[in-house]
Amino acid sequence: MVAVAIAYVAFTLVGVRLWYLQLEKGEEMRSLSEHNRIRLVRLPGSRGVVYDRHGEILIDNRPSFDVVFVPEDARDRRKTLQNLAHYLGDTEPAIHQAVRAPSKRPPYEGIVLRRDVDWEGVVALETHQLDLPGLSLQVVPRRFYPFGSLAAHLLGYVGEVNESELRESELREGTSTYRLGDLAGKAGLEKAWDNDLQGSAGGEEVEVDALGRRVRVLQQVPDMPGNTLTLTLDRDLQETAENALGASDGAIVALDPRNGEVLVMVSHPAYDANIFARGIHRDEWRNLVQDPKHPLNNRAVQGQFPPGSTFKIAVAAAALERGAATPATSLSCSGGIPFGNHFFRCWKKGGHGTVSFHTAIVQSCDVFFYTMGQRLGVDPIAEYARRLGLGVPTGIGLEHEKTGTIPDTQWKRRRFDQPWFSGETLSVAIGQGYVTATPLQMANFAATVANGGTRYRPRYVKRIDSPDGTSSRETEPEVLGRADLKPSTLAQLHSAMRDVVMNDSGTGKKARVVGVEVAGKTGTSQVVTMGEDRERSNKGAEATRDHAWFIAFAPVEAPEIAIACIVEHAGGGGGAIAAPIVQQILAHYFSRSQGPLPGAPQQAAAPPPGTEGAHAF
Amino acid sequence: MRFDRRLATHFEWLLPLLVLAVCAMGTMTVYSATQATGEHGPSPLTTRQFFWLGAGCFGMVAVLLFDYRRLEPVALIAYLVVLFGVIAVPFIGRIGGGSRRWIPLGPVSLQPSEFMKLALVLVLASHFSRTRPGPLGLREALLPLVLTAIPAGAILAQPDLGSAAIVAIVAFTMLVLGGVRLRWFAALGAPVVVLAPILWRHLKAYQQRRILTFLNPDMDPLGAGYHVIQSKIAVGSGMLWGKGFLQGTQNHLNFLPEQHTDFIFSVFAEEWGFAGTIILMALYLAIVLRCLLIASHARDRFGVMLVLGMAGIIFWQAVINVGMTTGLMPVVGIPLPFFSYGGSSLLCLLVGTGLAMNVSMRRYFF
Repeated sequence: MVAVAIAYVAFTLVGVRLWYLQLEKGEEMRSLSEHNRIRLVRLPGSRGVVYDRHGEILIDNRPSFDVVFVPEDARDRRKTLQNLAHYLGDTEPAIHQAVRAPSKRPPYEGIVLRRDVDWEGVVALETHQLDLPGLSLQVVPRRFYPFGSLAAHLLGYVGEVNESELRESELREGTSTYRLGDLAGKAGLEKAWDNDLQGSAGGEEVEVDALGRRVRVLQQVPDMPGNTLTLTLDRDLQETAENALGASDGAIVALDPRNGEVLVMVSHPAYDANIFARGIHRDEWRNLVQDPKHPLNNRAVQGQFPPGSTFKIAVAAAALERGAATPATSLSCSGGIPFGNHFFRCWKKGGHGTVSFHTAIVQSCDVFFYTMGQRLGVDPIAEYARRLGLGVPTGIGLEHEKTGTIPDTQWKRRRFDQPWFSGETLSVAIGQGYVTATPLQMANFAATVANGGTRYRPRYVKRIDSPDGTSSRETEPEVLGRADLKPSTLAQLHSAMRDVVMNDSGTGKKARVVGVEVAGKTGTSQVVTMGEDRERSNKGAEATRDHAWFIAFAPVEAPEIAIACIVEHAGGGGGAIAAPIVQQILAHYFSRSQGPLPGAPQQAAAPPPGTEGAHAF
Repeated sequence: MRFDRRLATHFEWLLPLLVLAVCAMGTMTVYSATQATGEHGPSPLTTRQFFWLGAGCFGMVAVLLFDYRRLEPVALIAYLVVLFGVIAVPFIGRIGGGSRRWIPLGPVSLQPSEFMKLALVLVLASHFSRTRPGPLGLREALLPLVLTAIPAGAILAQPDLGSAAIVAIVAFTMLVLGGVRLRWFAALGAPVVVLAPILWRHLKAYQQRRILTFLNPDMDPLGAGYHVIQSKIAVGSGMLWGKGFLQGTQNHLNFLPEQHTDFIFSVFAEEWGFAGTIILMALYLAIVLRCLLIASHARDRFGVMLVLGMAGIIFWQAVINVGMTTGLMPVVGIPLPFFSYGGSSLLCLLVGTGLAMNVSMRRYFF
């Protein structure tokens, strides 16, 4: 029978193989196993370097030393660890704890006892190597953020891969390019661009002696560093913006309206990503996570705030497009209008008197926009807000991006199972009520209005280069949508927004920059309900104070930069608090392209400080 | 059930004795392979393996209680149930080692791909019981090919290249022994050769790497190749008499990957030497030959094919697994039958042994 023959032949073959390995080469194999001191040392590839748009290094790598312990190489573990504690000036229990920490490591692979040992420690360990069998120093590249907390949220941070991330990546790709203990991006672009930044690991086959010290490297597969990223971010401008915002909480985003490039992205409070790079301590982490101000959150994409009067631009666009108003429309503001059994106030107590469409924007008249809201209804407002990029994701590609809320009748029914009440439209018309937007959305909103209605996907990576420089890829501007506004509508909006800053009666005149036509819109969004008690609340607890907004673009004729700035719980209006911050950024931006300008030009035009600040919308 | 004296007279003793001898060696080696340095007593995995061994023996005896011919009509249903399990794995399965292979069921996890091997043998045997003996054409081969391709594809997608390969090879063996002429396989094989490059691109990166590493072990001495080298060192260093139970250094210093499942043979070979391995190989050969003998005396074609299928499962897994740990074949995840740690595999193999015994004991029943 054939089957019997096949079985005999196969098992004979296997038997011969076993005879060959175990008897013929047995001696050799036995000695190999006894001296099996060939170990695999994995060299994780260093992560890619990140530059700003002008070639300044934003994220770099620095060499650092980790203390690695292979217990199997230590004749007397206690003694070795005692000596280590002595040389490092560390307490023994801490080291013993590190050794006992559960891990799935194979014994010959070693436990990292201490990360990022300082120079003195390195010298001490090197000189006393003989007292420390089983210990070795491993050179590990560490992430380095030369500017500390600058643009911390956009850049993100790295940390050791955890088991669930490992499993996820295994499932996705069949096998993981990571190992437990490797560094992976955990937030910001470190995470979003992890695939590019992550290098590929190399390895060494190392022969070690009986004490675990390296004798020689038998074979080496070099590691490959990750790709280099060049961002669209302007480090210089970012620094100006961070300083301008100062110690206040809030966010600033600046975009190039011509292509969606992110020039600035600030979120305060921030953190220093270097503490993650060296391995964050448990209490440092707890402090960051439990901080009521949430410093780890990127407010620019995750913070959802009522846009306040900046939203009037969307309402104005809807009004012109839908014929609810023409440039000639004129209304009378007497300080508020009754609706139902409620009185909707204008921010200006005595009222604006007769307001045209133009002055309604320039002076941010609430009554005018209440009326526009009544005439339009909520759905057209929502439609134009969405066309201009609000209530929809910007698609920037950062984790946990929020979309904000642009309410309409459908949304209300879905969310609360209730019909829309027309009184609610009045709140929406001045950017309050259910309306929320992220600072990035507001910047993109300003950019879309600025460039004539083209909504670009915001991009913060300009170019990706392979480490050896052989391949280079530029990201392209991507148009996500068009607002389809009539040229006459855009002209009206631009002219009104220009006068917000350039006209002496404008609410945003503190954003003036000498020599540049700036357009903008102020906003003050309420955290507590409207009414008389606002005055009081702005002097009271921080959490109840208003947010100050300012959006701007410049130059009006050919916009190059669009900015949104929010100062949280500013206790003042957008014109008083946010506009001067934007002014500093614009002044810096244009001083470089047009030569230095005389300082503080806004002072001449500034109105007397005091009551003005609390009110200007 | 009516007691039949002939059952006692013709009780199959040899096959279960051979099988249990291998099981005993296997459990012992699982004990050694999972023994943590510096700890005493059996590891939890060893305890589990004992439990499965008990469950398997129970299953082996249970399938003796009825005439195996009663399985013929229900083979297709059993196959469909298991196939459902195989296909359901990606949705409800538990992850292990980079793929989803297990279905959690109360305190235990089952690996449907192991049950598939047995179910496929049953359904193919039932198919061949309805064909005439003698050379068969393409028409008789078509249904078995479809019955094989569906589970093999689903298992490959888990991804579990090893189990998929075994399913395919066992089916092929049964087709050839069932009388389908080889020339049809040549005709079917030609497109495979053409399609191979396309298939290649759909393999997961680590599977490609394993195949490439097999073709050229020096290419990746730090990855898969390293494990084969260490496995060969483990086997070879056992020499004639081995290093002794629990004395394997390759094993206990963790130079071996998957030392209680796919690479368990290296642990055994290191500790028991050539003396041990040649006895183990002789046991496997004896099991396979005994099955072939049972098949040649079986009273009907269903019985013949059933036992041949079981012999195929045992034969191919044993040869490929040992071939892989000794560097003769590429590293694919295939357990050593009756030996590796793994409940589903052990249970199915013991039930299969019971079926072979059943066929042997009822050979004179007409």
